[in-house]
Amino acid sequence: MASHIIESSFDPWQRIQQHQAESNLAKQFGATATFVGSMRDFNDGDDVSAMTLEHYPAMTQRYLDKLEADAKQQWPALLDCLIIHRVGDLNPSDPIVLIACWSAHRRAALDATSWLIEALKTQAPFWKKETRQDGAQWVEKNTDGH
Amino acid sequence: MQETINHMSIQVKFFASLREKVGMEELSIDAAVTAGEAWNIATDNAEAPDNMLVAVNLDYAQLNTAVFDGDEVAFFPPVTGG
Repeated sequence: MASHIIESSFDPWQRIQQHQAESNLAKQFGATATFVGSMRDFNDGDDVSAMTLEHYPAMTQRYLDKLEADAKQQWPALLDCLIIHRVGDLNPSDPIVLIACWSAHRRAALDATSWLIEALKTQAPFWKKETRQDGAQWVEKNTDGH
Repeated sequence: MQETINHMSIQVKFFASLREKVGMEELSIDAAVTAGEAWNIATDNAEAPDNMLVAVNLDYAQLNTAVFDGDEVAFFPPVTGG
C-alpha cells in the first residue's frame, strides 16, 4: 500500500508498472484495476485553461493512508493499492489522480478502486481552483458519483 | 531539566476559498474551549458558511468538538479533489 501527493506531472501508467515491478506480491496479482482522473478543458459549460490544486498537506496524507487501510479492511482479498494525487498547477489533459488496486481475482480490485475514488473525492482535503475566461474560480463541490 | 510552558496556544488554519474569504492562512490563538469558539476568536465572529468543514488534529470534527492546548483546528470548504 502506498500513497503519494506530488507537485509535478506524472505518468500514471509508468507508475503502475513501477509499483508492480517493485512489489514482492507481483506473482499473486491476477487482477489490476485502475482509475485515472485527468483535467478537462471544460466545466459547467465554461472553458477551463488551467487549474491549481491546493491541499492540507498533513491531513491529505493521513486520509489517503486511512482510505487505503479502510479499503483493505473492507476487501481483505485486496493485495495492494497505490494512490497518487497531484497538487500545484495543472494544464488540460494532465493526470490529477491515479488509483490502482491489485488482487488475485477481479472483484476486490474493481470494487476497492471504485470505492476509493468516491471516498477520496468526499474526504481527502484537496481543492480545485480553475482558470476560466472570466478569471480564477474555486470549484464549489464535486459531482456526486458521476 | 524541566521545560516551562509559558502559555497555551491553539493553531488555527484556513484553506481554499475560506482562506481567501477570511484573509488569513494561519494564526495562533491563546485559548478556546471548542472548535467553534476558535473560529469566533480567530475571525472576530465572522459568519461561518453552512457548508464549512472542520478538522481538529487532522480529523474531521464539529464546531462543538472540544479543543485543547497544542491542538490544530482547521476550517475549509467542501473538498473537490480527485
